[in-house]
Amino acid sequence: MFSNRTFNIVVPLISVVLGLLAGALIMLAFGYNPVAGYAAMWNGAFGDAYFLGETVRQVTPYVLSGLAVAFAMRAGLLNIGVEGQVIVGWLAAVWVGTAFGMPPVVHVIVALLAAAVAGSLWGFVPGLLKAKLGVHEVIVTIMMNYIALYLSNSIIRSLMTDGSDRTDNVAETASLAAPWLREITFFSRIHYGFVVALLMAFTMWFVLNKTTRGFELRAVGSNPFASEYSGMKVGRNIIIAMVISGGFAGLAGAMEGLGTFQYASVSSGFTNIGFDGIAVALLGANTAIGVVLAAILFGTLKIGALNMPTEAGVPTELVDIVIALIILFVASGYIIRWAFLKFSKEGK
Amino acid sequence: MRRVLFLLTLVLTLGIFLAACGSSDEGGDSEDSGGDTGSQEEGSGSEGESGGDFSVAMVTDTGGVDDKSFNQSAWEGLQAFGEAQGLEEGEGFDYAQSESDADYTTNLNRLVREEYDLIFGIGFLLQPDVEKVASQFPETNFALVDAVAEGDNVASITFKEHQGSFLAGVAAAHKTQSNHIGFVGGVDSELINKFESGFRAGAKTVNPDIQIDVQYAESFNSADQGKLIASNMYSQGADVIYHAAGGTGNGVFSEAKDRVRGGEEEVWVIGVDRDQHDEGQINDQNVALTSMVKRVDIAVQDVSTQAMEGEFPGGEVVEYGLEDDGVSLARTNEEALGDEIISAIEEWKQKIIDGEVEVPQTREGAEEYISSL
Amino acid sequence: MDYVIEMLNIRKEFPGIVANDDITLQVQKGEIHALLGENGAGKSTLMNVLFGLYKPEKGSIKVNGKEVNIEDPNVANELGIGMVHQHFMLVDTFTVTENIVLGSEPSKAGTVDIKAAEKEVQALSEKYGLNVDATAKIRDISVGMQQRVEILKTLYRGAEILILDEPTAVLTPQEIKELIQIMQDLVKEGKSIILITHKLKEIMQVCDKCTIIRKGKGIGTVDVNETNPTELASLMVGREVNFKTDKTPGSPTETALSIKDLRVKDSRGVEMVKGLNLDVRKGEILGIAGVDGNGQTELVEALTGLKKSSSGQVSLNNNSIYNLEPRKVTEAGVAHIPQDRHKHGLLLDFPIGENMVLQNYYMEPNSKNGILNFKKIYEKARSLIKEYDVRTPDEYTKARALSGGNQQKAIIAREVDRSPDLLIAAQPTRGLDVGAIEFIHSKLIEERDKQRAVLLVSFELDEIMNVSDRIAVMFDGQIIAEVKPEETDEQELGLLMAGRKSEKRGEA
Repeated sequence: MFSNRTFNIVVPLISVVLGLLAGALIMLAFGYNPVAGYAAMWNGAFGDAYFLGETVRQVTPYVLSGLAVAFAMRAGLLNIGVEGQVIVGWLAAVWVGTAFGMPPVVHVIVALLAAAVAGSLWGFVPGLLKAKLGVHEVIVTIMMNYIALYLSNSIIRSLMTDGSDRTDNVAETASLAAPWLREITFFSRIHYGFVVALLMAFTMWFVLNKTTRGFELRAVGSNPFASEYSGMKVGRNIIIAMVISGGFAGLAGAMEGLGTFQYASVSSGFTNIGFDGIAVALLGANTAIGVVLAAILFGTLKIGALNMPTEAGVPTELVDIVIALIILFVASGYIIRWAFLKFSKEGK
Repeated sequence: MRRVLFLLTLVLTLGIFLAACGSSDEGGDSEDSGGDTGSQEEGSGSEGESGGDFSVAMVTDTGGVDDKSFNQSAWEGLQAFGEAQGLEEGEGFDYAQSESDADYTTNLNRLVREEYDLIFGIGFLLQPDVEKVASQFPETNFALVDAVAEGDNVASITFKEHQGSFLAGVAAAHKTQSNHIGFVGGVDSELINKFESGFRAGAKTVNPDIQIDVQYAESFNSADQGKLIASNMYSQGADVIYHAAGGTGNGVFSEAKDRVRGGEEEVWVIGVDRDQHDEGQINDQNVALTSMVKRVDIAVQDVSTQAMEGEFPGGEVVEYGLEDDGVSLARTNEEALGDEIISAIEEWKQKIIDGEVEVPQTREGAEEYISSL
Repeated sequence: MDYVIEMLNIRKEFPGIVANDDITLQVQKGEIHALLGENGAGKSTLMNVLFGLYKPEKGSIKVNGKEVNIEDPNVANELGIGMVHQHFMLVDTFTVTENIVLGSEPSKAGTVDIKAAEKEVQALSEKYGLNVDATAKIRDISVGMQQRVEILKTLYRGAEILILDEPTAVLTPQEIKELIQIMQDLVKEGKSIILITHKLKEIMQVCDKCTIIRKGKGIGTVDVNETNPTELASLMVGREVNFKTDKTPGSPTETALSIKDLRVKDSRGVEMVKGLNLDVRKGEILGIAGVDGNGQTELVEALTGLKKSSSGQVSLNNNSIYNLEPRKVTEAGVAHIPQDRHKHGLLLDFPIGENMVLQNYYMEPNSKNGILNFKKIYEKARSLIKEYDVRTPDEYTKARALSGGNQQKAIIAREVDRSPDLLIAAQPTRGLDVGAIEFIHSKLIEERDKQRAVLLVSFELDEIMNVSDRIAVMFDGQIIAEVKPEETDEQELGLLMAGRKSEKRGEA
């Protein structure tokens, strides 16, 4: 027991240090000063209130897309479709935000709900196909991503606007913007979404760990045969897991639509919020608190990295490599732990 | 629990790095980010006179400065300007690269904080961000390339792409032997529609019966999509394809070259933004008939110089067209163009400059124009 | 004495436990040497030391009289030691030959010469009477055949000493008989075999010597000719063991479970239960005897709702439970000890305490309004763990960490605690050691004595004979005979299981 606990502390510690060291070595090898590089990253993420605000802004959708992936994973499903669910959530939130007039608080809540419902719907389809026909969710969700992207482009272009690339901004009443927070962070785009994200992290923890529904979802994820044996409806739980997962993803989209951007635009590629969510969930070991922390790490690296070329002169490509190395080492720390536990178990 | 520890570790480790460099680096940094909006006000006002203090930077869109297209072109312009003024990269001029749409605002803000006097946003995707940041920092000057932004401290730089595209259409219509040409667009958007409209108008002007296939790849950076679309168009009989699709267009070039390799003689591509002659080279042939060149570099240099001299065109839309060589048709491949086409291009160019022809900029405009022929 | 293998005073420690403590094992050429011990006694550890997977802290190993240092399995292979693991290490989609040559492929100009390999494998197979088709795909052959492929693999690599780890655990009686023949043929050809087992009957049948270990300590080596099962068992367990389960005759009353003309198809659509009729009365244990694959699995799955039947009637206490969902079947009063406890019986990665509420987590007091009450759940688990003597560090330990016997005890605790009207036990003692088997048999009898109906499905004839009050023989999807254990013998049952209807009691 004791050695295991030490292990839990030591592994992530070592892997983060290793990742930073490897990144430093790369910078050294190419003739850049790693101390200056990391200092630039730190300043770029936490250096002043503005960057702190931007970091929080970046972390917010990561928390939600990470929760989406993690939730499905706990039920044994690999939801690659978070990306598409983010896109439809974004679109739905902006649609409610632009097309309707409602009282302040009500409007933003309705817009958030619309995003969650849209994401859920996008999760429901692969869930249903998996439950009823055994179609693998990975294939369906990948395809649903493309449907979401191009459908959303076409809706923006032909239904929500008159051939324009961008919708109007959402109404003030539907905006998640937090003017006073923006003020103290020198116009960063921080918004109330982080409250939503934390609330959802709590919700996921509560549902999975405290409710009978969560018990069933985890049971189905852990061993569908034993779940069926004990009278759980495997198919129904698969659908529920995908719907809830899609809901989280839809909210991640709403963070961008109602918070960061305040509009939806025709996009030539994916947002990557959903795909990064897979890494966030993996790093966070599919737990709610883990996802929140992993999202903070990811958001910090992303925002901090932007500052490295300007402040420390490290080229963007190198920065990408350094970030990838840090993530790689943190992730492999997780793998090392897994391998070690497996090995020691077999050794008994 | 262990995740908490691991984050803590990250923060601590970063902290150690910071402590190591703290006194030298951090001190300077936190100061210029904190209360410096004030000093900046004086800066931009007075800097017009003394060229040495003037600094300028740009924010790329997600393409980056090596996109072989307008980001690269803009950066080349900035470098040329910096060189001419004896500025140093990172001090007097610099760029910030964006990894995603969400980074535009952050990058613009960062450059504001670093007290650049003029900040360019490259690409229409940055329009809302430039507008917003410009309103938040009225003392800094901004310039937006390829779109129009509101604000007294924002100069909008646009190009009459429809004019250049019109000439591309003229060239294509003269070159085609099958009376069938194609247009590959990046993302179906107002900007790219300008290319499409001008091209169609130009081609139909030369030959009202010509068939024009139009397709959008819905992406500026998927060469595979571009190759597929080009393959379909060529197979259905088109022999000249004009692309306005950034990286997607590389696929159009590669399909054309594959066809030449396979023995087809008459397949042509018209490039965009830069002279894409190099992209078209295969053995001793070249499939690049011409390119619709947009001189973003000239525009960037131009506006930078104006700003340095205290004549920043804030609140104005600076439009570059055929008359000032802001857009033009490349003539590198004279062999393929031939005298006839070159003189046709010259003729129509003059007519456009003289105002004899009003080139349409939208699809509706193009329909109107074509039906009036 | 010329020993092929000598393991002298071996000691192997893991953090917190001494798995092997001063164990000596000496194997002569051409003998079948049994390594006997309860689950967790340290047999596998000792063999892993011999096979180079673990390094011992103390002791030495000699092969053919020479002291050796076996650093890894490759060294073991070179020394002619081959191991057939309990869980086969075969690639399902490869052929027999491909699996055998994997890792030492004969090559011809850079490509694998599979034809040459096939010939060689076929020849080996014939030499030792293994009867394996070298070209068949692994997924198409039976478990028994797969085991022979594993044996062939070691022979192909030139093994002189074969270690067989619990080889009979996965076999049918018929296959066991064939395996014994194969082992005897191998020994005749000069090979030596170490047989890891806890089944005393097999040792008495084929082994020459038997080394016993108990809780990591070497107890000694005995000559099989000079001992008997009772002595071996008490050496293994460390106390006197009852073989014949003590049981008073049952007093069955009215019919509890009634099955009429039941038909069930398997997942491929092949009919496996073909119009089966059976009654089980309250207060009796009905044992279903039969060779694996005669529809027992499908029958149990159909009764418990895991598989839909195509036609027939099933009722419990006159209420139909035909084609109900698993939960409805459970709520109707059926308990089920599943054949594969890892696949169906447990959530291995969940705490053992939560596994104990798998059938009633959704009911009060375990939960209320959809919120689980972990305090109540673990309180209940603690009392069950105590009552059923489940050996676990605590109720929060993952089910995976428990030994097979304790996992099974936990399942039985969960199922029996609900006071079911009908208890279906499918292969309840598979892979368990003597102590655990004793416990489980006594629990089944205890349930019977509470006037509950018990349906026991087992491929072990001993178990059927010892525990049942009435035996039904299942063959080809039907019950072809019903006999009383005191009126029959293994001989007769064996014939019935092979499909030959008894002349005396022949019926459809």
